[in-house]
Amino acid sequence: MSMNSQGRASRADNIPGNADSIETFTGHRGLEQQEKLIFEVGDPSRTGVDFADPGKFDPAFGGLERHAPIGLPGLSEPEAVRHYSRLSRKNYAIDMGMYPLGSCTMKHNPRLNEKMARVPGLADVHPLQPQSTVQGSLRLMQELAHWLKTLTGMPAVAMSPKAGAHGELCGLMAIRAALEARGNARKTVLVPESAHGTNPATAALCGYGVKAIPADSRGRVDLAAFEAELNEDAAAVMITNPNTCGLFENEIAKLADAVHDAGALFYCDGANFNAIVGRVRPGDLGVDAMHINLHKTFSTPHGGGGPGSGPVVFSEALAPFAPLPYVVEENGAFKIKEHPDADDTALGRLTAFHGQMGMFIRALAYMMSHGSDGLRQVAEDAVLNANYVMASLKDVMTPSFDGPCMHECLFDDRFLKGTGVETLDFAKAMIDEGFHPMTMYFPLVVHGAMLIEPTETESKDSIDTFIGMMRSLTRAAKSGDTARFSGAPYLAPLQRLDETRAARNPVLRWTPPEQRAAAE
Amino acid sequence: MRYLPHTDADRREMLAKIGIKSVDDLFCDVPEKARLKDLVDLPLHAGELEIDRYFRGLGEENTQAGAVPFFVGCGAYRHHVPASVDHLIQRGEFLTSYTPYQPEISQGTLQSLFEFQTQVAQLTGMEVANASMYDGSTGCAEAVLMARRVTRRKKALISGGLHAHYISVARTETKHTDDELISFAPKPAAPGDDIDALIAAVDGDTACVVMQNPDFFGHVHDLRPLADAVRAAGGLLIVVVTEVISMGAIMSPGEMGADIVVCEGQSIGNGLNFGGPYLGLFACKQKYIRHMPGRLCGETVDATGARGYVLTLSTREQHIRREKATSNICTNSGLCALAFTIHMSLLGEAGLRRVAAINHKKTLELKARLADVPGVKILNEAFFNEITAVLPKAAEPVVEALAAKDILAGVPASRLYPGDPDLENLLILAATEMVTSEDIAALVEALKGELA
Repeated sequence: MSMNSQGRASRADNIPGNADSIETFTGHRGLEQQEKLIFEVGDPSRTGVDFADPGKFDPAFGGLERHAPIGLPGLSEPEAVRHYSRLSRKNYAIDMGMYPLGSCTMKHNPRLNEKMARVPGLADVHPLQPQSTVQGSLRLMQELAHWLKTLTGMPAVAMSPKAGAHGELCGLMAIRAALEARGNARKTVLVPESAHGTNPATAALCGYGVKAIPADSRGRVDLAAFEAELNEDAAAVMITNPNTCGLFENEIAKLADAVHDAGALFYCDGANFNAIVGRVRPGDLGVDAMHINLHKTFSTPHGGGGPGSGPVVFSEALAPFAPLPYVVEENGAFKIKEHPDADDTALGRLTAFHGQMGMFIRALAYMMSHGSDGLRQVAEDAVLNANYVMASLKDVMTPSFDGPCMHECLFDDRFLKGTGVETLDFAKAMIDEGFHPMTMYFPLVVHGAMLIEPTETESKDSIDTFIGMMRSLTRAAKSGDTARFSGAPYLAPLQRLDETRAARNPVLRWTPPEQRAAAE
Repeated sequence: MRYLPHTDADRREMLAKIGIKSVDDLFCDVPEKARLKDLVDLPLHAGELEIDRYFRGLGEENTQAGAVPFFVGCGAYRHHVPASVDHLIQRGEFLTSYTPYQPEISQGTLQSLFEFQTQVAQLTGMEVANASMYDGSTGCAEAVLMARRVTRRKKALISGGLHAHYISVARTETKHTDDELISFAPKPAAPGDDIDALIAAVDGDTACVVMQNPDFFGHVHDLRPLADAVRAAGGLLIVVVTEVISMGAIMSPGEMGADIVVCEGQSIGNGLNFGGPYLGLFACKQKYIRHMPGRLCGETVDATGARGYVLTLSTREQHIRREKATSNICTNSGLCALAFTIHMSLLGEAGLRRVAAINHKKTLELKARLADVPGVKILNEAFFNEITAVLPKAAEPVVEALAAKDILAGVPASRLYPGDPDLENLLILAATEMVTSEDIAALVEALKGELA
């Protein structure tokens, strides 16, 4: 046995077989610790918060006191900190490694943004305080609006939408309102097959039928099919640009002209704005409305699924139909317009207050940190990285389309043909290699899609490691090493989960064991 | 630029691998006229120091709630959040993870969502809850749409005590559906009349009745007679709670017969943040889960039989159903839900009940002290932590005058109901555990001066 300077063993001489064969007594495996639900460890009489006892007094609840047990266990602070720290360690995160999820723009989340969002003068402010007492917050919203309008080349922006899909709803509602003001709301919205699922769902919520437009062999909107559907019933087209195949719609100007000539309006899904920020302004492409996912392009954290933020920029044609509330500047003071005037064409409210202020702060801190020069570099590095990945993998995987891509590169599963390995298995094997999988089976226009978006915040070294890993997995798949894939992941906190069972017999909450037994 | 790792040498090597000379070649698909040659007209990049200075400067232009006597509520409340909550949600594994679509490496998020769903169900007295909505107002609109799907009826009756902004949001969201929203006039001086009017209006075409409790003016209602009437007519009772701490003291909506409960969950775990991000809670009866909007986390097992959690029932969602999805919503309020869960775990039932009791006791004190102000009348008999005062003159200028003296006295009803002469003199005040007796004394003195 070798010793270190303190005389402790630094290396075991006899390792009993491989690590997998070691059964532990606790169920923990070193740093990988099992953690029960709080309902199994907490106690309703325990608390991690100290408040002075208010004593006995007569409440004025109209006889509606809550007497029955609520059934909420409590934890002391050390227990709570340990519980959630242990849970956190079962998550993959950008902080831990590359997150090549196409269409999701999983870039680094700067910590300065978190710090700024917690400046007390900005965080500890109520949305219904007198407007004279929130001039700093209103100025901040105006400043962010200015950056968004300048970067997109659009004259107006609605700040209140809570997420990308909420922004889509805002944009399409404004389009409908504008068309109604012209006398005819029309009937259909044209949506390419490669679109995010939220696009058709939004169109339906706005009372429109959806016409799916196929992609052509180059991964772009099929212009002929598009023009064939573009008639007097068409209210709008919703196009993602760069599209979800990672390609710039090079006929975009022609598309926009055709849309406008037909009396329709052009909604652009701005999910992929990261590819062009500072280099291309959507306003120069004929766009009438576009949402911007602040949690993608402008780095606000995804937080395990929200909160997002989806401001929508508008063309002159749609600006009068932006929702309430909005900020205006009058004689050097800022006001938030919360109610419509008599002849106002503004949409109503989309949310109770003014939007995702906490996200506005983070996004503006991000933008100001980069500046006009840094943001342009963001787009260039994001596109460079994706093309570098494509160039480095195209001899072993199958790119779906020729030519340069934008910020993400799309492969399909032709390279796996005959290997017995499917896209899903391949992705799960990436987990064992320490990477989050890329986006799979989306977009729907190619078979077994694998959409890789490295983002600009990955170093060359990190991308090279990723490329090496992908080449190795590709080689393993082709050499018949199927066991590596079929049960993967083997090395994650859990192995593959039974999603069918979860959907067939939904268990959406913890139930006390005795109740559970009684129900079965 | 501190967030961009590449050196120029890196970029050159990568361009060489791709086989091009300049990154401009990668933008060849962009129409020539749309390629920006120059930088956009915005400032150049800035260091942490400059950014820090700028944002602190903006903060100084605001009146920070915690720096002054503060009585503002109406759908967002200032509460104490334990220090460990913000520390834990900033762990990078939570903060910088994506939606948990890869459950094998997302159990941290998923298990905490499962805990969240259970806590929300317990708190609201309902059977199940989803993984959260954007906020209370959007959740409320989604509940109206859900009631339509469940009952296949179009008519929604909306209480005059529902937050006016929530009514606006529901109107916007149903603008292009053929749902019929009938909202009743607010009756802050006669809270019982609101429920009577709703009961009288419920009929066989009613999809749902939407009722807030405590209502916008602070009144606490017994919802059981309303629930009976709605059930008898085959509709659904949607109960909205904008102050979730109230459920630590007052009978839950579930116990009073709600079918769907929607809450603004901000009070637990989340700061004021000038209105967002907030946290919508959405709970209902088990039998309606397939009509529910939003993400759901469910229990299952992995390949070895170990317990684990996944996002489930995604066939309701847009990824699969596209234009036939139950809603277009594609996200939840993940990190705000985590903050809620951690804070709720720290409170536990004992802590929740105690903080609720303190809120109520403070409000009793506020009510008693305001009654001493000549000309002021308080409308509430049954309430939690919010009350409505009738001033002898218009409330809005009084609030402005007090704000100029660094007292944030509450929300004038006219902020939400401009031009309504019946509501012009109403001031709505909230008192949470953050309010001190000194704050109340300062408010009362200033109010006396202003109304004298």
